[in-house]
Amino acid sequence: MKLSENWLRELVDVPVGRSELAHKLTMSGLEVEDISVLGEGLDGVFVAEIVAAEKHPDADKLRVCKVSIGRGEPLQIVCGAPNARVGLKAPLATVGTRVGEITIKAAKLRGVESNGMLCSARELGLDSDADGLLELPDNAPVGMALAGFLGLPDAIIEIGLTPNRSDCLGMHGVAREVAAEFGTHGRIPATLAQADTHADSLDVIVQVPQDCPRYCARLLRGVNAGARSPQWLKERLRRAGIRSISAVVDVTAYVMIETGQPMHAYDAATLHAPVVVRRAGKGEQLTLLDERSVTLGEDFLVIADQERAVGLAGIMGGHATRVTDASVDVFLEAAHFAPAAISGRARRLGMHTDASHRFERGVDAELPRQAIERATGLLIAIAGGSAGPVVEQVSTPHLPQRMAVSLRRARLQRILGVVVDDVEVVRILESLGMQVSTTATGWSVVPPSARFDLAIEEDLIEEVARIHGYDRIPVQAPRGEIAPAAIPENRIALAALRQQLAARGYSEAICYAFVEAGLLQTWGLDDASVALANPLSAELAVMRTSLLPGLVSALEGNRKRQQSRVRLFESGRSYHMGPDAPIEVERLAGVAVGDAVSEQWSVPRRPIDFFDLKGDVESLLQLAGAGAAEFRFEAGAPGWLHPGRSATIWRGSERVGYLGALNPRLQKALDLDADVCVFELEVAVLNRRLVPQAAKLSRFPSVRRDISIVVADDVSYADVEATIRRAIPERLIEIVLFDRFAGPNLGIGVKSLAMGLILQDGSRTLTDQDADDCVNLAVSALAIGYKAKLRGQDGADEG
Amino acid sequence: MTDALNTRIEAALASIATASTLELLDAERVAVVGKSGFVTEQLKQLGKLPAEERKAAGEQINIAKNAVLEAIAARRAVLEEAAFEARLGSERIDVTLPGRHAERANLHPVTRAMERICEIFARLGYDRLDGPEIEDDWHNFEALNFAPDHPARTMHDTFWFPDGRLLRTHTSPVQIRGMSGRTPPIRIIAPGKVYRSDSDQTHSPMFHQVEGLLIDETSSFADLKGTLAAFVRSFFERDFEMRLRPSFFPFTEPSAEMDIGWSTANGETRWLEVLGCGMVHPNVLKNCGIDAERYSGFAFGLGVDRFAMLRYGAEDLRAFFENDLRFLRQFA
Repeated sequence: MKLSENWLRELVDVPVGRSELAHKLTMSGLEVEDISVLGEGLDGVFVAEIVAAEKHPDADKLRVCKVSIGRGEPLQIVCGAPNARVGLKAPLATVGTRVGEITIKAAKLRGVESNGMLCSARELGLDSDADGLLELPDNAPVGMALAGFLGLPDAIIEIGLTPNRSDCLGMHGVAREVAAEFGTHGRIPATLAQADTHADSLDVIVQVPQDCPRYCARLLRGVNAGARSPQWLKERLRRAGIRSISAVVDVTAYVMIETGQPMHAYDAATLHAPVVVRRAGKGEQLTLLDERSVTLGEDFLVIADQERAVGLAGIMGGHATRVTDASVDVFLEAAHFAPAAISGRARRLGMHTDASHRFERGVDAELPRQAIERATGLLIAIAGGSAGPVVEQVSTPHLPQRMAVSLRRARLQRILGVVVDDVEVVRILESLGMQVSTTATGWSVVPPSARFDLAIEEDLIEEVARIHGYDRIPVQAPRGEIAPAAIPENRIALAALRQQLAARGYSEAICYAFVEAGLLQTWGLDDASVALANPLSAELAVMRTSLLPGLVSALEGNRKRQQSRVRLFESGRSYHMGPDAPIEVERLAGVAVGDAVSEQWSVPRRPIDFFDLKGDVESLLQLAGAGAAEFRFEAGAPGWLHPGRSATIWRGSERVGYLGALNPRLQKALDLDADVCVFELEVAVLNRRLVPQAAKLSRFPSVRRDISIVVADDVSYADVEATIRRAIPERLIEIVLFDRFAGPNLGIGVKSLAMGLILQDGSRTLTDQDADDCVNLAVSALAIGYKAKLRGQDGADEG
Repeated sequence: MTDALNTRIEAALASIATASTLELLDAERVAVVGKSGFVTEQLKQLGKLPAEERKAAGEQINIAKNAVLEAIAARRAVLEEAAFEARLGSERIDVTLPGRHAERANLHPVTRAMERICEIFARLGYDRLDGPEIEDDWHNFEALNFAPDHPARTMHDTFWFPDGRLLRTHTSPVQIRGMSGRTPPIRIIAPGKVYRSDSDQTHSPMFHQVEGLLIDETSSFADLKGTLAAFVRSFFERDFEMRLRPSFFPFTEPSAEMDIGWSTANGETRWLEVLGCGMVHPNVLKNCGIDAERYSGFAFGLGVDRFAMLRYGAEDLRAFFENDLRFLRQFA
């Protein structure tokens, strides 16, 4: 909503300057978003008249004008505006005046003397997109200062209105609000009734009084519809951001910005009375003023005549029945449409109009007759004609009910945390146009008809608070009971998992939760994906089913920015179609490419591989404490991973996630030029842990025995280790794999594994014999299970 | 005998004093006080002396022995010290060479700000709660007092799914989930991702909010102001001029937006809007089965990305989601 400051000050006493006014508006809930000052420094600009105009001898597009400013000889001005013509009145900036960024000087333009500049509204800073000279009316007094003539300087104060404050969508409403804010008085002129001078009218039938409880109309005959609006009216429209079109259209727009009541004017000759307010038929067509054709449904409200819909009620009039310069009889309409009958309808058609904006939020139901009278008066004054009687159809029971709302003193104090004086409460409410009566516990309040947002006690509390001033409410710490919930120690906090990855060199990334459908297909991760109905773009159309596609794209983006070594992780959700509702899964994923460790002087360079990432993943699993033993890695994973260099991670029968090198086929499809390793884990499976319980430590020394076995290459280390643990259930406390070797001198298809077995007993010191027994148990179990042979036995007690 | 002893001891002491290595020193020790060393031999000979001379001779030998032992200890200390000196003089590294495996990365600035916010409210007794990002109309709008077709819905450019679900446009639905089935007093903080169908330099289609909610029998607008003032001070570690302006949210009444007076580099102070808040609307309490007469409370929602930008001086919101390592590494 754009307010002309000058206009506002005409309507209400504002005891402060511009910036304080803006501050007050903002602090009362009408947030000032912008202030643009108009017409400052226009002292040297005058109303002028072009008394002669000739083509410039050396330039096709320039004219040499003689311009009168009412004193002295006419000035010679060279002007390039296409509308410069003899008889035109336009602003002239005289020599020495500053217009925008330039100071006007006497100069020669293509060899011809020019002593000033004829100006457009844009050059004067009055309108940002106006072309040609600002055309002033024929009766503009030549020689008058332009600022005085146009009511300048002025400021356009733009306020961002919240949807509850539809009452401020007209100057009168804002004036009432400002009066309440400053405790001053409005000077809103009373609307004069315009006597009818003929008896003709069109019949009106309101078929849906619940949607349109009040409909006012009037037939004006003999209007000069080609008339143009006077300068003052054009200026007010301009400052409200509305372009002048014709007297009839301008007047309806003006009444709307003045009172807040949207209006419409029909060419009466095009209407086949009676005029009917009804719901649209299913599939009913209508061509609107802007020549857009719309197809309606039964929940749209239309104004119709006997043959067709002629307007989309509360949104926009129809094209066929619009007023043109040739119109003679004009049918003016001002109605009250229920917000429920209008809201959402324009949006469904992809539209938004000044009228729909207001009716959706609620327009004062008492306004239509005033608006008709005001528009009649203005229109006859500008364009002549005679008025018929006002037609008014009212369904009182359907008008918005102004119910009394109770406001309790104690409640007011409790909700605000401050005592507001009774006198102040009543003053505030009454200044906002409410009828207030005192009750035993407080007040009974009837809100004004313009307010659609005052239905319950809290609404009134807000009114008191905002006029009293939010800044006068004290700042205090809440008292009251704090009962902190138990912090679940049997879950690894997400923060700890994140910190662990950061500590291991992974930077945290945040990718969009939606990705391109094709990307998921490339990965083969498009099963059960959830697509948006209205994505911003195809790149952001489908909810991700895994964090990895986005992370790998981010990794690739960094490689393109000359980062050869990249490690990223993300914690976030994936989204999947479930049987009833979408499922969101909390995940933790990481991607890595480049050297295993950042290049440094004392560590040889080598590319990252599976076991680097496995170490990172294991560092996460170890956060599960004793529970870490439940995790196991099994070869094989989905197709997007390398079949021989990937693993599925299990915890019992639950899958934690996957780890491995990306499948080279996928890497090629993604245009990745280096091997990428990735992991993705489900947080809910990963993050369970046991609260640690301290065990008694053995007082006796441990014994280490190293063994080296030779076993078939396809026997997994995990199986070997499990076999040893089973064979020595009590005394084995740790196994260290310290070497793995395969080579021709060992044999084909075999490998050797060298392990240190750490043995200990809780009740006595182990003897050599005890240790040998343990080793023998392990070796024979491996021989039976995997045909393992001892490669050699070394080792000594190192306890 | 005494002379012989003295002569031998003199020689030993001289030899000890000039022993150049620990080995030479030890050889001297063995020669003088070892098992068959000179002094030891002398002691063995004591028995052969007349009883009246024995004591004096014994004392003399012992004095000599102690003198030798002391000299050896002193010389040993000197030699050991010299050995340390020599060793330490030869063992030199360049301590300015980089350490091994010093790598460490860092959290995302949004996470960092989010954790900081949640930590502050945790200290104030707020429990952390999560909610789904794919929401239904009830939790995201209706229960929060947005009637269908209410113009306030147009303030939320919503991403929809074909089945009528949506990506939550704010974290406020967690209020509904948090209140339903709980009995006041309630203190909840709900961080998370939210989505609006909007994208430019100051809007990202995905961003982060933290929702706060407090419901009890006494809380007031004054408590809301106090809570937010304490929070902002704690988050920025600075005192700010701050102001609450009346605003409108369907789920709070009275409603407010909070501005802080932000000092720019050139010394000006601008009002920056940092969050929306208000007293929880009675309809919302009723929708969650809470007695709106007995209980009242406040809610607030703040944009984490905005707080992160202010705190860490980032100027373009979009940089948060481009995952450029050069950007991310600044937040260590």
